[in-house]
Amino acid sequence: MNGKECFVQGNEACVRGALYAGLKFFAGYPITPSTEMAELLSELLPRHGGHFVQMEDELASMCAVIGASVTGCKSMTATSGPGFSLMQEALGYAVMAEIPCVVASVQRGGPSTGLATRVAQGDVNQARWGTHGEHSIIALTASGIQDVFSITVEAFNMAETYRTPVILLFDEVVGHMREKLLLPVEGEVPVVSRLRTAVKQGVNYHPYLPREDGRLPMSDFGGVHRYNVTGLYHDIWGFPTEKPEEVEKLLYHLVEKIETRADEIARWREYFLDDAKLVFISYGSAARSVLHLVTTLRGKGIRAGLLELQTLWPFPANLVRSRTEQARHVYVVEMNMGQVCAQVRQAVPRPDDVFLINRVDGQLITPTDIGNVMRVVEGRGF
Amino acid sequence: MEKYRFLLSGSGGQGIITMAILLAEAAAIYEGLTAVQSQVYGPEARGGATRSDVIVSDSAILFPKVTQPGVLVALNQSSFMKYGNLVRPGGLLLTDSRMVHPGGGLDARHVALPLYETVMAEFGRAQALNICTLGALIGLTGVISPSSAEKVLEQRFPRAAESNARALRLGLELAAGRAA
Repeated sequence: MNGKECFVQGNEACVRGALYAGLKFFAGYPITPSTEMAELLSELLPRHGGHFVQMEDELASMCAVIGASVTGCKSMTATSGPGFSLMQEALGYAVMAEIPCVVASVQRGGPSTGLATRVAQGDVNQARWGTHGEHSIIALTASGIQDVFSITVEAFNMAETYRTPVILLFDEVVGHMREKLLLPVEGEVPVVSRLRTAVKQGVNYHPYLPREDGRLPMSDFGGVHRYNVTGLYHDIWGFPTEKPEEVEKLLYHLVEKIETRADEIARWREYFLDDAKLVFISYGSAARSVLHLVTTLRGKGIRAGLLELQTLWPFPANLVRSRTEQARHVYVVEMNMGQVCAQVRQAVPRPDDVFLINRVDGQLITPTDIGNVMRVVEGRGF
Repeated sequence: MEKYRFLLSGSGGQGIITMAILLAEAAAIYEGLTAVQSQVYGPEARGGATRSDVIVSDSAILFPKVTQPGVLVALNQSSFMKYGNLVRPGGLLLTDSRMVHPGGGLDARHVALPLYETVMAEFGRAQALNICTLGALIGLTGVISPSSAEKVLEQRFPRAAESNARALRLGLELAAGRAA
């Protein structure tokens, strides 16, 4: 990378990534610990030819983001747990109507207003199942400032590629921590632009008629084509349908367009896994503490390794299975009661060898916390 | 180099967090080192004991928080009361001689400097206290060169470049001869 160096928070790295990816519209309702995203974008987005709106609440924010995206703007919002809850209904609309958008949720302690300024990772399942009905969704995360930038660009790329909302599930520590960020120059990192229809003005455009490759080109709403967008089950014209064969086909499409591509969507980092007998799986800020411990353990000749997940949904089960094949024990380290741990147990052939190491008191889990539990399980005492 | 772990604390409004960002940014951008800065987000907008952690190293920094600071800065009594016992045995405690009155029993090298009084005498107000403290901190530890701090100050606060450079120098002078 030959771009500029800066020293920024995770929240700012996300903003920089979004602008790099071509963000043109932000609507939101500021909330700790994501507030800096709204604050920065209110200043930067207009300078980048975009629009920033501070809305009356999170329900309206999510709806505005969806509306802006259908008109052809890359759109996002930023929030935290309580606001994320309020966005879930409209998020389901974006899933159903297949509207690309990005929701950055910087996790704090929940439920409810919980711990407004403290770290947690309790919204993993909310990202997956917060909105009702069968569906699928993409959720990404990162543990360092440079990765926050890259994964944010990826989030916009995936939103356009798969025509889906993408959740950026960060946490308070990553959002507020400052590190060096190397801003790539334009063109250095691939940016996926909106796939627009080749159908000319005056010719009927079918918004939900897939091309031969299965993708659905979009037409900027309010432009040259008239079409319908709805949260109801719909046909190729976008009009409501209750025909069982059309309903079933659409639901399978919504789920399979993401679930069958789980390997393609998986993003991760791995450390010392080649010969690891103790495999740690973690993500977000907790993964930093794990890597600290793993590096120390390696120094003592203990064969430990880390699989750091950056894609949380669709859950990268194949990746987890393949990287834990030789493991004697698998430790899942997260700051909740075992949301990813449950997924790991489903993914591996020996779920009894998977252990949860967690911390849920609003404090970042430390390498010592993790090492203490590990030593008990390994029978090494204290 | 050894890993420097700083815990900077003081009253909300004294510029503790700005000082931490400046120190870490100077190390990361102008010295080519690795630096991580984080802070406790609490209700301490004014008063109380606010805190920011900075780690500086020439290798990767993973766990971003400071649990046992090698260098503790306390600019008011309540932050000293809250964080004073965390300092690493044999570490360094830098306090303002007017604002902080530590008791005995500290297993750390204690340097008390008249930071507040010096800044008030020079500027007539306490705004530059954090920059003066940064100068003293750099003088005592040598973690970064004063010129890197000057560069980051110029870049961040171009309109206050002259007075900030002066405040930084005051801190360096106060620390002269006190480095370990």
